[in-house]
Amino acid sequence: MPVSVQESDFDAGAEIAALSAGRDDVGAVASFVGLVRADKSADAAAVQAMTLEHYPGMTQQALDAIVAEARGRWDLSGVRVIHRVGRLLPGDRIVLVAVASAHRGEAFAACEFIMDYLKTRAPFWKKEETPQGGRWVDARESDGEAAGRWASGGK
Amino acid sequence: MIKVLFFAGLREALGTGSESLALPAEIATVGALRDHLAARGEPWSALAGTKNLRAAVNQQMAAADAAVKPGDEVAFFPPVTGG
Repeated sequence: MPVSVQESDFDAGAEIAALSAGRDDVGAVASFVGLVRADKSADAAAVQAMTLEHYPGMTQQALDAIVAEARGRWDLSGVRVIHRVGRLLPGDRIVLVAVASAHRGEAFAACEFIMDYLKTRAPFWKKEETPQGGRWVDARESDGEAAGRWASGGK
Repeated sequence: MIKVLFFAGLREALGTGSESLALPAEIATVGALRDHLAARGEPWSALAGTKNLRAAVNQQMAAADAAVKPGDEVAFFPPVTGG
């Protein structure tokens, strides 16, 4: 079960350990955990909470397709992706991507690739709650550029 | 009939998350369907006004020239912001 979309929290340590449990061919596990940040920049009211909406019929297969593409580019021993939905508070975990491979280069690259593609291809939307009301998070151009650099089979 | 879904800020602007409609015979693409719905007037013009509106056909990301046929599930939404 490499991909999960769930409301509940996850144990990143346990998920990372599970990727190499009972096997001796894993030399590297790279992981990324995304958290809800209380954005206190000058022009932004502090975020009190965040709600993650998704497209239930599409989310799972979009994430499966991203993982399959990563496995096609790198020789990976295991992949685990967990993305939470629903209402989250600052400091809460949102997403986990963990990748196991024989060597660190492939694990690092595949982990970053999956995050970059997830941010532009997986149907999730964030709505922030602030003292001034709710606001939908705008997509960042830098996310599109980050995903774009993997085009043409880049590694 | 086709099923049309809306998400996030677009869903809120339209006041609905989904509808079923009979696909007019002259509408064969995602872009034509978007224009057809946007032409209903307020609040549907949000479909034309959403910056970088994205779409999916049968749960796969689709461009404006992607084909739409009866029985399809078509979704419109703003650029995704997960992760």
